[in-house]
Amino acid sequence: MTTAAVPTLVGTMGVDGLDTLVGVLAGDGWEVLGPRVRDGVITWGALRSAGDLPVGVADDQAPGTYRLRDRGDRARFGWAVGPSSPKRELFPPRVPWWEARLEGDGLQITPATPPRRRVALLGARPCELAAIAVQDRVLLGGPCPDPDYAARRRDLLVVAVHCTEPAPTCFCTSMGTGPAADGGYDLALTELLHGPGHAEPVYLVRVGTDRGVQLARRLELRATTDAELEAEQAALDAARRRMVRHLRTEGIVELLATTLEHPRWDDVAARCLACTNCTLVCPTCFCAAVEEVTDLDGGIRRERRWDSCFTLGHSEVHGTAVRASVRSRYRQWLTHKLGTWWEQFGTSGCVGCGRCITWCPVGIDLTEEVAALAETPAETPAATAAAVGAPGGRSGDR
Amino acid sequence: MIRTVRDLLEDHRFFRGLDGERLDLLAGCGRLEVFRPQARLLREGQPADRFFLVRSGRVLVEIDLGPRGVVPVETVGAGDVLGWSWIVPPYRYRFDAVATALTRTITMDGACLRDKCEQDPALGYDLLRRFAGVLAHRLAATRMQLCDVYGYPLAGAPGTGP
Amino acid sequence: MGSEPATGHEPAPATGVGPGGGDGVGLTVPARYRVADARRETADVVTLRIEPDGEPVAPGTPGRFHMLWAPGVGEVPISLSDGPAPDGTQWHTIRAVGAVTRALCALGPGAPLGVRGPFGRGWDLDAVGGRDVVVVAGGIGLVPLRPAIRALARREGPGRVALLVGARSPDDLCFADDLEAWAGGGRCEVAVTVDRAPRGWTGDVGFVSNLIDRLPWVGEGTAALCCGPEPMMKVCARMLTDRGVPATAVQVSLERNMACGLAHCGRCQLGGRLLCRDGPVVTYAAVRADLEVPQR
Repeated sequence: MTTAAVPTLVGTMGVDGLDTLVGVLAGDGWEVLGPRVRDGVITWGALRSAGDLPVGVADDQAPGTYRLRDRGDRARFGWAVGPSSPKRELFPPRVPWWEARLEGDGLQITPATPPRRRVALLGARPCELAAIAVQDRVLLGGPCPDPDYAARRRDLLVVAVHCTEPAPTCFCTSMGTGPAADGGYDLALTELLHGPGHAEPVYLVRVGTDRGVQLARRLELRATTDAELEAEQAALDAARRRMVRHLRTEGIVELLATTLEHPRWDDVAARCLACTNCTLVCPTCFCAAVEEVTDLDGGIRRERRWDSCFTLGHSEVHGTAVRASVRSRYRQWLTHKLGTWWEQFGTSGCVGCGRCITWCPVGIDLTEEVAALAETPAETPAATAAAVGAPGGRSGDR
Repeated sequence: MIRTVRDLLEDHRFFRGLDGERLDLLAGCGRLEVFRPQARLLREGQPADRFFLVRSGRVLVEIDLGPRGVVPVETVGAGDVLGWSWIVPPYRYRFDAVATALTRTITMDGACLRDKCEQDPALGYDLLRRFAGVLAHRLAATRMQLCDVYGYPLAGAPGTGP
Repeated sequence: MGSEPATGHEPAPATGVGPGGGDGVGLTVPARYRVADARRETADVVTLRIEPDGEPVAPGTPGRFHMLWAPGVGEVPISLSDGPAPDGTQWHTIRAVGAVTRALCALGPGAPLGVRGPFGRGWDLDAVGGRDVVVVAGGIGLVPLRPAIRALARREGPGRVALLVGARSPDDLCFADDLEAWAGGGRCEVAVTVDRAPRGWTGDVGFVSNLIDRLPWVGEGTAALCCGPEPMMKVCARMLTDRGVPATAVQVSLERNMACGLAHCGRCQLGGRLLCRDGPVVTYAAVRADLEVPQR
């Protein structure tokens, strides 16, 4: 396990440095994953060389909208985030849990061993690093660490890329997760463009772990100029200022606990399709289902797969869903992600990546929903009663 | 030490908080009774001239459904009150009630009490309030009984599939 | 064959999930057990006595649960009904309400099954101490309470124990032997009521909350344990607190969908709690507000 170091700037490299980096990682036996354009989106895929990176591609994101666009320059990271996140590698959609076989009259039970992959992520956004930290708390921080996640997490190398092109759907500044990361990576790059459109960018390189230090030594770095440092600062400040959406996090736990009967929930329930897109793209959503798969030859496999709190089955007890209405399920998702996650795990569940806003087919924006709740909080007596734990709550005389 | 009707009335949950003067008044309308198992306390349709403060034992409230037989509905026990038809017109019992264990009651003369309530509306209001409480409580419990909360499956509940 | 009490065995204190075996056996992967015998309690309830086929799981305590695995069908959270005995035998009383529970209830002697656990927080009998305690059990809710009632009935000191049992009908009552034994033992007052009674039933009829009314001593210094269908627990908890019992002294056992038992799958959330980790036993004070939120 690599040890953390104080993040330190170690130099600047050109575009060919990216190639070198990919080569070094691949040569060391890492499976290098990075952003690729596929099916009209930027998604995590195998990087054979830096040539696989998206060149001059931007992502135009808005509620319910995602389009790629030609930037007309040579930026490799001139976009925000795609629909998929490192969650797909660390917490895959379907993993085996254990296998069993009935032998004679006894059971042979074998825990599944996670594949021995050494994954290097090249191009992880600060919000994605924050999301990994959130999932670490959920899956490793409890009474019993998840063995599959722990194994995949152990052999993970992270090359982060700070964000200079936030999307209008991003709100990482509200969540304190970006646009730059201050840790959680082996290496971090900031892409700087100067000069005409056809000029190649340069990359400021920082190290965050001993392993990162070793890697950096094998890259051709030159000293970073003051101008470059200023340009980096300016780019990050500009990114912060460009953040269009904001989520007021102060007092949010209490706000969500006292507005459970707010009429806004009816409003959003009329729009929400319970399609589960938001939970699919969210980098911290971890809800899972467990399935029993049997073979004709007597083999039994138990698998964990992604699930969503938007499904009826998620809250089913004795054949009935506890949360039968879309309204109660949307409310569960939002109040959990932004509110009760704190009590359960000690952090927020949201990292401000904005994916749920972009990928919602009807464009529901949780920052807007929270703002609406905050506008007229504790509107109903029931909400107040629930908040102060008064006996009887909503039940009154009927 | 012999305990009087007044002492026992004061102890009973139903009259908790009632002032001494009123207790004296009510004691005059009450007497102690003992019912053996199978003894009938109320019969449906009869004039409702009594109500019972149960001190111990068990009384079963039942409904005679004719061909379907007599159906047990609810039991009352120590601390409960049985019979409220005396205070609402037409002053006729709506159910049958039979003791299923040795039961001791303070039996109150409903007709006598009705007169006293006409003369003393404040007393009347107090008694009505207490009975309203009992009825509300019973109604809530009866509704829970109707809901069959222990039953499975919960047919027709939202979220249940085909 | 009567339900055999695990005499001579003191339950281990709840210390978290438990160490489990090597490689997570009994925790993240099932430990192998076999059915020693199956006893039918009612038309849809069976008690399985199971024995370890290898290393037993860590000892459970009253109110905690295990994930029982019916191979080829699935897993469900089931409370400990009794045990474990020193040899690792434990008892689970299961109501057949779905595919997995039906499969478990159909297992015969010798059948293999898997066990993971114990999980969660059980009844906090230390918090009850020597106080008067009301135990309200509705339907299958009597099962997780059973080991706790045994412990309470063994208490020294003057603290009263009143067990109030509600069931749908006389046919749905479990553990009649235990109820008799507890009533007869002199340490415990037992009252049973049914929602529906056949002609000739001489016991109580009516919702179980009616029985709370008949206990004159319930108040500020009383503790309560309550388990049964959620609407029943809500009504009873409210009644108890209306009578002056502090909400922090009322313990309830809540049930939600559970797939993992390890606080990883997110299904068993109730507000800020994951019930497989922070429950299923919680104080009414802690969950009152969450329980009152209509899920419509």
